Amino acid sequence: MGVGIKVEKLNAWFGKTQALYDISMEAPANHATAIIGPSGCGKSTFVRCLNRMHETVPDARATGRVRIGELDVYNGTAAVQIRRRIGMVFQKPNPFPTMSIYDNVAAGLKLNGFRDHARLDEIVERSLQLSALWDEVKDSLRKKSGASLSGGQQQRLCIARALAVEPQVLLMDEPCSALDPISTGKIEELIFQLKEKFTIVIVTHNMQQASRVAEFTGFFLLGKLIELDKTEKIFTTPSDKRTEDYITGRFG
Amino acid sequence: MPETVTATSDIAVAPISLWRRGINSFATFASAAAVVVVLLPLGAVFGYLIYKGIGSINWAFLTQIPKPVGETGGGMANAIAGSAWILLIASTMGVPIGIGAGIYLAEYGRHRFGDVIRFTADVLNGVPSIVVGIVAYAIVVLSQGHFSALAGGVALAIMMIPTIARTTEEMLLLVPNTVREAAYGLGVSRWRTTLSITLRTATSGVITGVMLAFARVAGETAPLLFTAFGNQYWNWKINQPTAALSLQIFTYAISPFDEWHRQAWAGALILIVLIVVAVSAVRVVASRGMLKGAN
Repeated sequence: MGVGIKVEKLNAWFGKTQALYDISMEAPANHATAIIGPSGCGKSTFVRCLNRMHETVPDARATGRVRIGELDVYNGTAAVQIRRRIGMVFQKPNPFPTMSIYDNVAAGLKLNGFRDHARLDEIVERSLQLSALWDEVKDSLRKKSGASLSGGQQQRLCIARALAVEPQVLLMDEPCSALDPISTGKIEELIFQLKEKFTIVIVTHNMQQASRVAEFTGFFLLGKLIELDKTEKIFTTPSDKRTEDYITGRFG
Repeated sequence: MPETVTATSDIAVAPISLWRRGINSFATFASAAAVVVVLLPLGAVFGYLIYKGIGSINWAFLTQIPKPVGETGGGMANAIAGSAWILLIASTMGVPIGIGAGIYLAEYGRHRFGDVIRFTADVLNGVPSIVVGIVAYAIVVLSQGHFSALAGGVALAIMMIPTIARTTEEMLLLVPNTVREAAYGLGVSRWRTTLSITLRTATSGVITGVMLAFARVAGETAPLLFTAFGNQYWNWKINQPTAALSLQIFTYAISPFDEWHRQAWAGALILIVLIVVAVSAVRVVASRGMLKGAN
């Protein structure tokens, strides 16, 4: 089951440049929340703060409170522990190039010391089925490298890899921006099904995509969260003028 | 729109001028010629070694130790084994240290201290091999009180480290950061990511660097002159003077005896063959685990 996300007064910096200003928001469990906004507005930085990926960049830091269910992300838990509970899918598909399809999916568990091979087989199959890739790769699980798949398949492989560690939350940072419309359609369909099991936060440049997959949408501008509301409301009657300008294409 | 289409197809079907075709053939020819020039010295060296050396290679040469001056026959078996032994000692020390230093430089050394190490490694790479031999002499031979296989191994290891460290660094930096992020995102710790993901992704390049360093030191003579020293007899002890092919070739080549000259040619041929065999063997073994479509 997914758990809710609660963010209070989150600030983030790259060196001396502040990237996020006092973000406070909530993303309810088992729903998809979309983050939209023009390039450079801090969308990616925001989701990367949720699983503390932000701090892997040299000189980057963040302050504030992030709660994922009962877990206090910035207080008392090691970053690696947090990241095991929060799956992440990146903008460009990034399978491990020298690993087989099977090993790619099993990587998160294997590298963290999981050794039960029978269970591992099960988990790999289930994760690939969840990400709708199983039928396409089941005959070459161990023979083919993850890098030999097509772009769309690679991205679904990365989703399977993230799901295999059984996270409670799935963060997707523009997961379809490098994909063609057919692969995008498949991944959006997938997001719909995954909501039953996970809480999803998805960054997207594509407003149609936000309205198709997310119940809630937040609009970011220049490092600030301008507003977050039901997707319908954001796209029909936003309460902030800047949101309206952005979604009607007057800027950005 | 039709006009644009016509215009495009006009360009597409326009005949390529004789001048451009000429330039094209010339460039192709020039790069092919460059390849020949690169391969020619290697072919010439190898061919000449075979011509001069193959006649003296026989079973005795490969299995016997040198005969006393004046007696014919005998071989370089102890030198072949000694070279292998010294290279094993050198690789045992040099490969892990070199790869470790490369990992540090690529993954942690993105600052002033890293630059100092990089500079040091590059300078060390340019230090004449005889100087490296003196250093090993001062550190190992003087403190032990006698020449030894270990001293030779240390000298060669010092020569291997900068090459391995710098190529390992280059190869690790070629691994896209998105691959590291994928591992971090799964909750994999940093050291685990470095060893199991980054280093593994760069394996073939790192092996190339190791083989380059290995092949380079395998034929080194100067650093062994006053470290391993050479030996006319078998030696398997790490703290005793040891024969090496390169030393044996040197000694025989400057001797006044025709028989020794012939054996020196044979030794040189054996040395090159052994290096080629060792490098190819590692390549074959390393490419075994490769998957379809990987890199």
